[in-house]
Amino acid sequence: MNLLVCVKHVPDTETAVRINLDDKSIQTQDVNFILNPYDEYAVEAALLLKEANGGEVTAITMGPDAAKKTLRTTLAMGADKAIHIACEHTADSGATAKCLAKAIKENDYDLIFCGKQAMDIDNAQVPVMLAEILGLPNISAINKLEVADGKATAHREFEGGVEVVETSLPAVISCHKGLNDPRYASLKGIMMAKKKPIEDSGCSCSVPDIEVVKMEYPPQRSGGKIVGEGVAAVSELVRLLHEEAKVI
Amino acid sequence: MTDLYHIDSLFSEEELMVRDTTRELVENELMPGVRDWNREGRFPVEMAAQFGELGILGATLDAYGCAGVSYNAYGLMAQELERCDSGFRSFTSAQNGLVMYPIYHFGSEGQKEYWLPKLATGEAIGCFGLTEPDFGSNPGGMITTARQEGHEYVLNGVKRWITNGTIADIAVVWAKLDDKIQGFLVAKDTPGFSAPEIEGKWSLRVSVTSDLYFDECRIPEYNLLPEAVGLKAALMCLNQARHSIAWGVIGAAIACFEEALEYSKTRIQFDKPIGGFQLVQAKLAQIWTDITKAQLLCHRLGSLMDAGTAQPAAISMAKRNNVAMALNTARVCRDILGASGIVDDYHAIRHMNNLESVYTYEGTHDIHTLILGEKLTGIPAYK
Repeated sequence: MNLLVCVKHVPDTETAVRINLDDKSIQTQDVNFILNPYDEYAVEAALLLKEANGGEVTAITMGPDAAKKTLRTTLAMGADKAIHIACEHTADSGATAKCLAKAIKENDYDLIFCGKQAMDIDNAQVPVMLAEILGLPNISAINKLEVADGKATAHREFEGGVEVVETSLPAVISCHKGLNDPRYASLKGIMMAKKKPIEDSGCSCSVPDIEVVKMEYPPQRSGGKIVGEGVAAVSELVRLLHEEAKVI
Repeated sequence: MTDLYHIDSLFSEEELMVRDTTRELVENELMPGVRDWNREGRFPVEMAAQFGELGILGATLDAYGCAGVSYNAYGLMAQELERCDSGFRSFTSAQNGLVMYPIYHFGSEGQKEYWLPKLATGEAIGCFGLTEPDFGSNPGGMITTARQEGHEYVLNGVKRWITNGTIADIAVVWAKLDDKIQGFLVAKDTPGFSAPEIEGKWSLRVSVTSDLYFDECRIPEYNLLPEAVGLKAALMCLNQARHSIAWGVIGAAIACFEEALEYSKTRIQFDKPIGGFQLVQAKLAQIWTDITKAQLLCHRLGSLMDAGTAQPAAISMAKRNNVAMALNTARVCRDILGASGIVDDYHAIRHMNNLESVYTYEGTHDIHTLILGEKLTGIPAYK
């Protein structure tokens, strides 16, 4: 099977985000970037399918040059080759989907995997947009997958139940926690990744569809308020929680 | 830890990937269990297979299923393992430097083909028997003997303080054959060989430490390691392990430092975080500097090892300096944690206790001092 995994180079989830002086971007210095955690499930899903059915796994990302590091992580996990689209508009889901679609159209993939969302922007839009542009069916946020006889059957979990969805191939599938247990990049895989190719693909979006106007920090937490003591304070506490904090 | 000197930029991308993948495994598989394993005094032997799968075992060898990473990558890997516990790094230092290395360098083709793939996957565990109850810093005085009888060698003697002994499938054992030190392979369950665990340790509790007893233990002739001749061969293995120790202890020091720094920012006394007091800042500033210096020393050592130009004294310098640094760091951090520092909810005291062993094993601090002294003056001061 010819399998594709769309991945994103994102700041480690433990990063303390600092905003640049332009108020429109975050400081990347001293920030550790990693393979987006949801994309790990996508990579693993593709690798498992390849191991079961044969074929090839390609990883693709759109992002700055530094994003090649994340591609090499996928190669170290076991992907066969990678495509890098040099583009800075990674906060724009539409631009990202268009760029990916252009590179994808040049190849015939049986299945395109994505993580359900990227942990930096958290839009959860690219997989759906990508499927729409490519004219392919899409199943979002799956946690179980079976592929057989040219069809994919996937489970989507929601509160109190499971939805079972079937689609023809090719299709775009976005992956959720629970789908599998992503493997670690082995030391051997890391050494072999050096010899695997990363193809450079041009960016096709000259102007982004959206613009980041401003970034700001959440308001500083102020100190607590003591409403009173004992039973007498309860009604005032409830009123404040209801009317001011609006949490009950 | 903030990388003030951009030390990360000294490493290749692959080397950093080796570090990060090891860190991920350590965070997910080892950190959650380490407190309990330490309390129980148990090495989680099931982790050997996971280490093997990642490629930690025999990582620097470029054959027999091993990855062939650089010494600096191997060092970063040791650092991440010891960030959790010196016991895990000890396990791999023994398996890699003291078992796989001598089989690879001193073994016959048959020995390599049989043992190295099994040791690389973690299917087999190895140990290294050099130290004896009465011969620690002076291994050349060993009294364990081997004699040839037909197509067998017969071993007699006792080894002590042997990492992995009780859980090992194969032991690399040094004994005197016609008064010359010689390395042998002894498989577990060989009649006359037993390896009981040493009880009562208050240090390296997550590592298995054993005695090895040889009582008319007969091994086949082909279990002699052909090239493992003389004390020099044994010391070559120790140099491998010492390199990984010099690196590993940085991980223990970083773990203690990060924990103490975080604590100093959140622990309020006299209405402000204790990290706001000059005495605490002085401690933090010093250990941050000490760790950074140790990292630079190790990066250079790894580069020399990769180039094949690291002198034994250079390895001694790094082992001596870095273990002392880590032990001091652990003690200072234990102090910053106050009373909390004496319970195992925090890592400092476990690292501190572990590092007492690391200070002593693989050449004591004092022996490494004398190696440097001899290198400087040309006069050995060991006796």
